[in-house]
Amino acid sequence: MSRLLSSSIARKIAMALSGLFLMVFLLQHFLINITSVFSEAMFNEISHFMGSNPLVQFALQPVLIFGVIFHFVMGFALEMQNRKARSVGYVQFKGNTNSSWMSRNMIYSGGVVLLFLILHFYDFWVPEITYKYVEFLPEDPSRYYEELVHKFHDPIRVGLYVLSFVFLSLHLLHGFSSSFQSVGANNKYTRCLKSFGTAYAIIVPLGFAFIALFHHLNTL
Amino acid sequence: MAVLDSKIPEGPLADKWTQHKNNIDLVNPANKRSIDVIVVGTGLSGGSAAATLAELGYNVKSFCFQDSPRRAHSIAAQGGINAAKNYQGDGDSIYRLFYDTVKGGDYRSREANVYRLAEVSANIIDQCVAQGVPFARDYGGLLNNRSFGGVLVSRTFYAKGQTGQQLLLGAYSAMNRQIGRGKIKMYNRHEMLDIVKVDGKARGIIARNLVTGEIERHSAHAVVIASGGYGNVFFLSTNAMGSNVSAAWKIHKKGAYFANPCFTQIHPTCIPVSGEDQSKLTLMSESLRNDGRIWVPKNEKDALAIREGKLKPTELPEDQRDYFLERRYPAFGNLVPRDVASRAAKERCDAGFGVNATGEAVYLDFADAITRYGKEQAHVKGLDEDDASLIEKLGKDIIKSKYGNLFQMYEKIIDQNPYETPMMIYPAVHYTMGGVWVDYNLMTTIPGCFAIGEANFSDHGANRLGASALMQGLADGYFVLPYTIGDYLSDDIRTGPISTDTSEFEQAEKEVRDQLNAFLNANGTHPVDYYHKKLGKIMWNKCGMSRNEKDLKSAIKEIQELRDDFYKNVRVPGTADSFNEELAKAGRVADFLELGELFAKDALDRFESCGGHFREESQTPEGEALRDDKNYTFVSAWEYKGKPSDAVLHKEELTYDNIELKTRSYK
Amino acid sequence: MKLTLKIWRQKNATEKGSMVTYPIDNISPDMSFLEMIDALNNMLILRNEEPVAFDHDCREGICGMCSMFINGEAHGPDRNVTTCQLHMRKFKDGDTITIEPFRAKAFPVIRDLVVDRSSFDRIQQAGGFVSVNTSGNTQDANAIPIEKNKADLAFDAAACIGCGACVATCKNSSAMLFVGAKVSQYALLPQGKVEATQRVQNMVAQMDLEGFGNCTNTGACEVECPKGISLENIARMNREYLSASLKG
Repeated sequence: MSRLLSSSIARKIAMALSGLFLMVFLLQHFLINITSVFSEAMFNEISHFMGSNPLVQFALQPVLIFGVIFHFVMGFALEMQNRKARSVGYVQFKGNTNSSWMSRNMIYSGGVVLLFLILHFYDFWVPEITYKYVEFLPEDPSRYYEELVHKFHDPIRVGLYVLSFVFLSLHLLHGFSSSFQSVGANNKYTRCLKSFGTAYAIIVPLGFAFIALFHHLNTL
Repeated sequence: MAVLDSKIPEGPLADKWTQHKNNIDLVNPANKRSIDVIVVGTGLSGGSAAATLAELGYNVKSFCFQDSPRRAHSIAAQGGINAAKNYQGDGDSIYRLFYDTVKGGDYRSREANVYRLAEVSANIIDQCVAQGVPFARDYGGLLNNRSFGGVLVSRTFYAKGQTGQQLLLGAYSAMNRQIGRGKIKMYNRHEMLDIVKVDGKARGIIARNLVTGEIERHSAHAVVIASGGYGNVFFLSTNAMGSNVSAAWKIHKKGAYFANPCFTQIHPTCIPVSGEDQSKLTLMSESLRNDGRIWVPKNEKDALAIREGKLKPTELPEDQRDYFLERRYPAFGNLVPRDVASRAAKERCDAGFGVNATGEAVYLDFADAITRYGKEQAHVKGLDEDDASLIEKLGKDIIKSKYGNLFQMYEKIIDQNPYETPMMIYPAVHYTMGGVWVDYNLMTTIPGCFAIGEANFSDHGANRLGASALMQGLADGYFVLPYTIGDYLSDDIRTGPISTDTSEFEQAEKEVRDQLNAFLNANGTHPVDYYHKKLGKIMWNKCGMSRNEKDLKSAIKEIQELRDDFYKNVRVPGTADSFNEELAKAGRVADFLELGELFAKDALDRFESCGGHFREESQTPEGEALRDDKNYTFVSAWEYKGKPSDAVLHKEELTYDNIELKTRSYK
Repeated sequence: MKLTLKIWRQKNATEKGSMVTYPIDNISPDMSFLEMIDALNNMLILRNEEPVAFDHDCREGICGMCSMFINGEAHGPDRNVTTCQLHMRKFKDGDTITIEPFRAKAFPVIRDLVVDRSSFDRIQQAGGFVSVNTSGNTQDANAIPIEKNKADLAFDAAACIGCGACVATCKNSSAMLFVGAKVSQYALLPQGKVEATQRVQNMVAQMDLEGFGNCTNTGACEVECPKGISLENIARMNREYLSASLKG
């Protein structure tokens, strides 16, 4: 395994796999959140399950956190390495004639998403962990919806969230198909997959933005 | 005759090579480890020879002037490689390939060598396939063939229009394997500037590191020259810019005879010259003549109107066109051999019927083929055979699938769409059949110095057939030289390492340094290219597609004058101890300026027309080439005596025991 | 045509280089890009200046030696061509043209526009071959039928001319397209399968050692490749590498 991670292709595959994992998580996160738009009870119920199930809490949650950290650390390490691979730069470089902005700027879109995650953890994850494991407050299966709605009251926060979702979308627009290419899946299904990836990269972040705006506007 | 011993083995033609292999001396594997061989050039012959010699166990030092062995100009060959495999079951055989090659060479090649070439040809394909060369295949998964160059069987193997590149990459991969094993030491960006002889034997070379300018001494027990042909003596040719005669010429000056320098192949289907600044010519595969029809206007005034841009070729009605190859050679039509097609095109252009701005181009028209294929497709698909635009579309698709890459290349260079308007083509220098004289063992007249591939003279006579150059290069390198060199080296097993600290190396190095300094110090008024272009003009106008005594004599004089002027007035900037392409070019052009003279001298001496060499004094009343078998069935091998004009001619008489000499007729 | 050329000049590998501006006149639109540089060089020689060093050889787009980064793109603005096949008609009278060497740590500059691409050779030496003797004692060429589709794909991969435009154009200076094409050619053919595991591992290891960057699938290499080598070859190499690693 250590040999696997020492080569460029191995790191690239690891990036792709962690990315794919995060995309699965993202979809799951989205599906749970969207329930908040039409059913407070359902949202509370699922949230309560996720928040109290030991498997989710003590197995999946650490894995997820590891996945996020791994993806970012590896991403930054690769970026540093890639920059070193060209010690003298070009005077003129027309990247836009042969590749998309998204593909060339994953480090920036990813960086914005990282900043967002810090905010997001501060908003939800830190209070949640404090609630459950620091202050050991009594469990209330109906508190989740209220907390959610409460957070989206602040227009600045909503603005930051929506902006972040735009960058998330840009990141996914390249990341989705790129991860399949990295693990070696490039075949007759690739065109389909690319269309699906584009749809995913637009719909999921758009959905998140919609949820944030929905709750913000609903409480006005 | 005493000086030239071709060492052709005794016995029946078909057994000569096998018997020879059985009888020559071998070097045992342990001894091979203490023998060094230098190979200059990494094309098909040099690359394959270096790989094979290294695999046998010799220590090989390989040299190329490019930045990687993979760039040698063999890579540019498009069409294919011949082999007597008879996979198509159309009656091909070793004998037939042998026969076609000797006949195609207009009976000026050595029977035994050509037979051996045909014999090993089949093995080349096996070898290349085993190396992973992606030859074209049919739907059954077996190798595909096409027919080529007017022969009667389909024996040409190909990899789209990149056969040369794929074969070279095969040889390069075999080299890489040996470089990885440490058996080949590769010297990229190095140019051989002289050979070093010790006690009359080739024992090393002086090379210049083209990056640092350093002059290096390299010793070996044998030196193999695989540096290709000298077509660039014409300045404009289909050769690469760096292709040069220097390695071959340097050994010539040290004692290797130079054979048949005037045998040059001029290829009919090249993209015409567009202007004074043009640096090279681009060839388009001969296969285009399978479907294209060659013509010029019937009337000179139409030709003039086309040249001035007042008339479009597509507007000229059918009965105003002169399909001159079909007219002159009804039996073979557009598929006559290269030399015949080239001369016919030149004849028309000289008579004033040329069709580009300079009047040096003829049309190659695919309109008929497009219609023919279109109709065929419409019929096959059951579509309307009278719908002209549909026919045109279907036909263009077929042409595209067959020649798409060539059409694209043409459009990039000329900026005209060849699907809509006929292509313009003109003959260009392409290959040189002449080269360093070698015996049956591929050894030159310098003991221990071998010449292989296009650099030697042996197999193609006065004219090479299409798809035979790749075959010869690989045959020499993979299957001939590795055996025959052992016979020579078997005497060297006790020699031990050869020191470079000897007076011979010192002397050779000094001569090289003196020449480089002479170029740098001339500090004249003209860049090297100026002289190269001038030489090219003389060669093309007076030693080109047709030659006569008066022009050849004046060419010799002009080249001598140009050479004197070159040494006095060339300007080479920079220094000798740095990357200096102008300096490298100066050395190459200096050698071309000497070779050019010998070329003209040889052409003057050969008072007959054969193959690529057409003497105006020797033609039939209809203007066809007239060979003189009685007086000229020999190889002209020239010995250097201080300067080209003093070169001494030695004749190797050619005997044909297995083949009857006939006049080539394509009428 | 009248042009302004901005060209990278660097005396040798160790000295610092800089962009130098040269005005040039009387350029015909029918000239190739390299013929335009020839004209510049002859002008410089007559002015007693050193000509611009650049790599070139066959000038018909197959040897892979020419290597300029023109106006921000490898081999210039045209597609599916090498620099030697680029013609001046692709530019306009009065244009300013920026000409730089291919840039990558693994392609150090030798002089002016000439770079050292021997890293590509070393990658090939690490495994870009089939270990078959060149003795000629091989089985008959038609003994192994190869599916036409596979043979064609192998050919498409083998069409790579090793010019290095993929590396030059990649924002990460990655050599994955080049190595992917080589690995693919052999992986697709039965002759190459025997050594496939070792080959891909050795070639990738050498590629990493040479200091090329990592592939981030921007696809720029495929667009700029003069021979149109497909990204599928990179995916195939990734697959080959994955399965080789799992085999151990």
